Amino acid sequence: MTVKTLKIDDIDVAIAAGSTILQAAQEASIPIPTLCHLEGLTPVAACRMCMVEIEGTSKLFPACVTEVGEGMVVSTNTPKLQGYRRMNVELLFAEGNHVCAICVANDNCELQDLAVEVGIDHSRFPYQFPKRSIDLSHPQFGIDHNRCILCTRCVRVCDEVEGAHVWDVAQRGSACHITSGMDQPWGEVSACTSCGKCVDACPTGAIFHKGETTGEKQRDREKLAFLMNAREHQQWTR
Amino acid sequence: MDIAELHEIAQQARDRRKPTRIRCCTAAGCLSSGAAAVKTELAQAVKTAGLEDQVEVCSVGCMRFCGHGPLVAVDPSDTLYAAVTPTDAPSILTALNGGKATAAQADPNHPFFAQQQPIVLENSGLINPESIDDYIAAGGYEPLHHALTELTPEETLDEVTRSGLRGRGGGGYPTGLKWATVAKMPAGQKYVICNADEGDPGAFMDRSVLESDPHRILEGMAIAGYAIGANHGFIYVRAEYPLAIQRLKKAIQQAKRYALLGSQIFDAAFDFKIDIRIGAGAFVCGEETALMHSIQGQRGTPRPRPPYPAESGLWGCPTLINNVETLANIPAILRHGGDWYAGIGTETSKGTKVFALTGNITHTGLIEVPMGTPLRQIVADMGGGVPDGGRVKAVQTGGPSGGCIPAHLLDTPVEYESLQALGTIMGSGGMIVMDDHTSMVEIARFYMDFCKGESCGKCVPCRAGTVQLYDLLTQIMAGEATREDLDQLEALSAMVKDMSLCGLGQTAPNPVVSTLKYFKQEYLDLLLPASNRSGAPTVATLS
Repeated sequence: MTVKTLKIDDIDVAIAAGSTILQAAQEASIPIPTLCHLEGLTPVAACRMCMVEIEGTSKLFPACVTEVGEGMVVSTNTPKLQGYRRMNVELLFAEGNHVCAICVANDNCELQDLAVEVGIDHSRFPYQFPKRSIDLSHPQFGIDHNRCILCTRCVRVCDEVEGAHVWDVAQRGSACHITSGMDQPWGEVSACTSCGKCVDACPTGAIFHKGETTGEKQRDREKLAFLMNAREHQQWTR
Repeated sequence: MDIAELHEIAQQARDRRKPTRIRCCTAAGCLSSGAAAVKTELAQAVKTAGLEDQVEVCSVGCMRFCGHGPLVAVDPSDTLYAAVTPTDAPSILTALNGGKATAAQADPNHPFFAQQQPIVLENSGLINPESIDDYIAAGGYEPLHHALTELTPEETLDEVTRSGLRGRGGGGYPTGLKWATVAKMPAGQKYVICNADEGDPGAFMDRSVLESDPHRILEGMAIAGYAIGANHGFIYVRAEYPLAIQRLKKAIQQAKRYALLGSQIFDAAFDFKIDIRIGAGAFVCGEETALMHSIQGQRGTPRPRPPYPAESGLWGCPTLINNVETLANIPAILRHGGDWYAGIGTETSKGTKVFALTGNITHTGLIEVPMGTPLRQIVADMGGGVPDGGRVKAVQTGGPSGGCIPAHLLDTPVEYESLQALGTIMGSGGMIVMDDHTSMVEIARFYMDFCKGESCGKCVPCRAGTVQLYDLLTQIMAGEATREDLDQLEALSAMVKDMSLCGLGQTAPNPVVSTLKYFKQEYLDLLLPASNRSGAPTVATLS
């Protein structure tokens, strides 16, 4: 195994070659905000929250998929990145209908946490107030598209871990939405095993257990982490 | 198939020609203005006049003067008729014997034609795109024979490297280097892809090449396949180009029948087959990783690079992706040599470039000029400037990824670097001329509307950012924006450019940035006066 050494925010880090900047930062306890990333799922670099600067180039790089290089000098929290991240989260708030006060994930929401982290008290972009639907056809779960940020964790966890591929993305641009089965109501999708992994993976209150009310959403992230670890390292005891 | 057979086919095709040829453009532009009826009437007129032994009426590809179609050319008299109607047909025949044709004549020595240097378009408008014999009679498939029988793959690649050819899809990446990267990957399954998903508003260069000279693309792909060690090619062509698809399909069938595609082409140890994949209406599928997803039957969304397609492309195999025009240059480079090609153009940009000249311009159409040609020559001399004596305000290149060049910078030569320095890009070849009645803010808004509709929706800055940029531009157009809104437009433009995942998002703000650079006053003129600004703090003063 070869090891690469690099500097992240002035901290020297040594890590196995082939690791990502995000992994290196985590090892050095340097926080990099993420949203679409979920350990164990194929990274898609879609949310752009984890963009970092690398010395010697003016481009920004997503830490979740960019491999470490020998002698790399990475900055994760420059004023430019802070400004961009804040705008990025504001864009997310403006494009959906995120009303924390009545959301099942209030106080337990990665989007909300991120907003606090990047210092948002309001969105400078006008809210779009899109007309989005809610699907409550599944006996145990519901999906409220108003709260969806299109991170595609549900799509990936269902496809890659459960192997059911119930979810996918339909349409494009601002019309994009998560769709189930062959564009059927969720409750009619026979491929769904009702495993609930999508509920556990969802960072917001978009996918939830029925019966949960404001601030009551429960996620069993440990179950996901266990499963992914078990598959990767063949360790099947909890 | 061997070289003797190839020459025999060429000879037979030439022998079949009649002394007088009436060439009718049957590319999409002229067809849309009635070229099919013109051709039928001309054929009928030949019959009526009993001149079938002397005169042939043939379909050819684009004759480039697209704004004046349907076009009809007569050989050997070198007469070009423009805006021909079916009723003009009999008089065109009478004109063969000295009569007067009712159709308007275009001057084949006009700068529009005279200052062109056709390489990519060398056969366009001269041969029947649906006849492989015509292509072979024009020397077609000889470059492939030359490569397969006289050159090693390395030598073939070397010709391309020496030519200095750079990617014509817009990026300008050195073609030889791209080929070499794929060639150096370990032997195994490799692919060649022709990116024919031309989607920029106002761009129709690739469509014309596909419709006018489809065999050229097949030959270019086969040569590429030989050089990099690939045996399978895909042409990814958008569904909006039905005629191009039809002609490509026909061309592939013909090439297979002549064993110019298939196994052991020219008895060399080289197999190559080509399949067509048709796009489903997504602009983003012109982005190479989205394109490959689409070919694989997946949702057409880009993925982060690296890995680049050269390393991990179609189904994880090393893949070469080149644009139509890039591949169309290859047969000519193999025929005349890389050094010949490198002798055309400028130090950093070799060869020629095809542009689709449109907008407020007298002569709309296709032009192929050597790199380094000043924009002013293209717009004023060749294009004839703005009709009715109007003034050029700006020239837009590069489509939604490009920018506007103001009139006072039109002496800039057409080169990758010089255009980039002006804040635009060479792009794939759309060139839209705007006169002084054009609102540059409206132009920026038009392109942003396009980008927000074509964003795949995968990454946040592009999906949500383009919507907000569009709304800000709409607000400015409506005269309801403040200076703070303009500042936000600039800040968000920078963010979308730096943070987006693929080229679409990264370049989507370019039309805004470039119009702000050169035409900021137009934005400022549309803002609310300072006193009307909502939210501006009012300070009460005591006197």
